[in-house]
Amino acid sequence: MTNKLEAERPLSPHLQIYRPMLTMMMSIAHRITGFGNAVGFALLTWWLVAISIGPDAYATVDAFFGSLIGRVLLFLFTWSLIHHMLGGIRHLIWDTGHGLDKVSIEVFAWATIISSVVLTVLIWVAGYALMGGP
Amino acid sequence: MATPLKRVRGLGAAHEGTETFWRQRLTAMANIPLVIFLVLSIVSHIGASYADVRAYLANPIVAVLMLALIISAAIHMRIGLREIIEDYVHGEGCKVLALVATTFFAGLIAIASTLAIVKISLGS
Repeated sequence: MTNKLEAERPLSPHLQIYRPMLTMMMSIAHRITGFGNAVGFALLTWWLVAISIGPDAYATVDAFFGSLIGRVLLFLFTWSLIHHMLGGIRHLIWDTGHGLDKVSIEVFAWATIISSVVLTVLIWVAGYALMGGP
Repeated sequence: MATPLKRVRGLGAAHEGTETFWRQRLTAMANIPLVIFLVLSIVSHIGASYADVRAYLANPIVAVLMLALIISAAIHMRIGLREIIEDYVHGEGCKVLALVATTFFAGLIAIASTLAIVKISLGS
């Protein structure tokens, strides 16, 4: 019965009907990075708890973050944080009613993508330089 | 019924209005400097020794910023994760379970991280 009703109801177009647009991708990216940040905070909690327990617990966590997968996860976490932060600043600007015209939203989208990648890479290069290499 | 008092308070029949929206924005604003602090903290302590990391977190300024970040981020993530679940999880039972799990997750992160930082600060 419910199936029949659902079939007869007019359906709004599915997501895949639309041509992917940058602003739409940015909206999805904001959600994905937000979710990723939550996962990252679980890793941060693991790191903090291990430090509070002692050197042995820290050694385990440090071995994980020192591995290739650990490093990649950390890099993605920092990029995700920066991307979500820049995307959030964009949202805070929109909350004031500014920057909602067609040109501005495209400029904001590109600025968020480019600056999030550039900032993340720069911070990591600076970090490695500070620690004296990878 | 929207009485004049309710209208003044901005509340309708739902008895609540923009609290979640405002809380999300408030924590977003707090998170901007705190996330920059976190990213710099992570990247500057890659492969650092136990003594160095512990001494860094025992610094009162670092501990206060870290606590502020964790509290603000936990509130912010709870709102955001709930929004994702409300949009994509359609089964009523699954939705309620996922929403409860989200609150437990955010709460666990906040409590465990806070205890860790307090322990490190007190040197115990």
